[in-house]
Amino acid sequence: MGLLNIRNLTVRFATSAGSFTAVDGIDVTVDKGEVLAIVGESGSGKSVSMLAAMGLLPDIATITADEMTFDGKDLLRMTPRQRRSIIGREITMIFQEPIASLNPSFTTGYQIEEVLRYNAGLSRRAARARALELFQQVGIPEPEEKLRSYPHQMSGGQCQRVMIAMAIATNPRLLIADEPTTALDVTIQKQILDLLMKLQEQTGMALILITHDMGVVAETADRVQVQYKGKKMEEADVLTLFEAPSHPYTRALLSALPEHATGDRLPTVGSFLEPEVQQ
Amino acid sequence: MSVVEGRNLIRDYYVPGSLTRAAKTVRAVKGISFSVERGKTLAIVGESGSGKSTLARIIALIDQASGGELLIEGKPVDIGKQRPTREMRSKVQMVFQNPYGSLNPRQKIGDVLMEPLLLNTDTPAAERRRRAEEMLVKVGLPAEVFNRYPHMFSGGQRQRIAIARALMLNPTLLVLDEPVSALDLSVQAQVLNLLADLQEEFNLAYVFISHDLSVVRYIADDVLVMNKGEAVEQGSRDEVFADPKHPYTRELFAATPITDVEAIRARVARRKALRAATA
Repeated sequence: MGLLNIRNLTVRFATSAGSFTAVDGIDVTVDKGEVLAIVGESGSGKSVSMLAAMGLLPDIATITADEMTFDGKDLLRMTPRQRRSIIGREITMIFQEPIASLNPSFTTGYQIEEVLRYNAGLSRRAARARALELFQQVGIPEPEEKLRSYPHQMSGGQCQRVMIAMAIATNPRLLIADEPTTALDVTIQKQILDLLMKLQEQTGMALILITHDMGVVAETADRVQVQYKGKKMEEADVLTLFEAPSHPYTRALLSALPEHATGDRLPTVGSFLEPEVQQ
Repeated sequence: MSVVEGRNLIRDYYVPGSLTRAAKTVRAVKGISFSVERGKTLAIVGESGSGKSTLARIIALIDQASGGELLIEGKPVDIGKQRPTREMRSKVQMVFQNPYGSLNPRQKIGDVLMEPLLLNTDTPAAERRRRAEEMLVKVGLPAEVFNRYPHMFSGGQRQRIAIARALMLNPTLLVLDEPVSALDLSVQAQVLNLLADLQEEFNLAYVFISHDLSVVRYIADDVLVMNKGEAVEQGSRDEVFADPKHPYTRELFAATPITDVEAIRARVARRKALRAATA
């Protein structure tokens, strides 16, 4: 029994051209203390399935699932009030664009204290002290000064650290990171991934990492789920996936990596897929 | 003779002052020298703020260098003193990172491709059309797309269109500024293959700007690593990758995630041990 259990999740969007199925019968399970990577290219539904679990999709989305539970609680049938006691507290999320995720009009300190006061129930004074602690924990240099800084005064890497500090402020049991390093330089990406893994190991929270980057998967995940066009192609522990990928799409993705190039041309995904998967 | 040669190129940006701040000059490119032969690829690697795109714009005759000398096919070019001739303009073309931003949404694909001929040559209309249709086929698009608009194409297809546009004038040098970093892995492989095919067919020289070392390793003949406006390391691809000399290059290599099975095995074992210790 996992911490988060999603069975047969389907998400449809009503568009002017009719209904569009973004997620088509996906199962997601993550256990306590586990790092699950969801890999896929754009349009694979990897973000949408997690946004559905968080209840963050707009009204035009129709969500159906046989089961969607967090720690035994039914996420599908709970009231908004009950949902808010879980989302943002026990499950938190960080996103791809750290600078856009923060409000430009308030200092980072104000924003993290807001989380601590409303979601962790701390007093103003306690929130201030805890914010400083969290900034130190996520490795922000000159934390006291940075609490008084606005997002535009900080680099992308530092803003992502602020986002991570906000996400772990409530000691969540599950952190969902949606492409957390895609907008960052590689040296900063390494720092952020190291930080996420360190925090995961210290706190024992579960981590779902949504990414398109096989390198990121290789360096973080315990288990991997590969998605393509809203469907799950393969699920395996990380070593098996890289050592002996069973699905043609996974094999195609791995051999499309330039570092695996053997000839002077790269194999492309189309040359691997059987017609029924390509549609 | 080199297709392009840079001798000690410098670029300064003037940052105007305000009441509280003195004006200052920022040196974005601090004296860089290089040369590229026909049919070869020079990759310029660096993180954001390294000055790699500034250098690309100087090479592509978009921006003026503040110092140093730029030679195209042995002839010195200084766009500050003299507008580049149509002939010079035809020799150097550029492809940008974001194919969603680099194509005019109100311009049909055919017009996108014919415009360089209209501006720089005296080719008659019928001939312009014939050459545009030919080029579409060369980059792997059917000639029927001639009358369609950019929004009807995917990112990879748009990048093909941008490459086709750059090739319309039979350039000898293509400056590619992160041409595949906005693309999915499978599409990235297709575009890299296309670039390799076109380089062979037209004996093109490429200046390939990238932050992705696995792509650089795959495509480059020579590598120039930039950090804070300086060329910290320069050499053939094999030299630089086998034995990086500069600490920054080593840091960059160490930060790049790799999908090596042995490395994954070691990481998984370390995590298991850690979990056993805390359990």
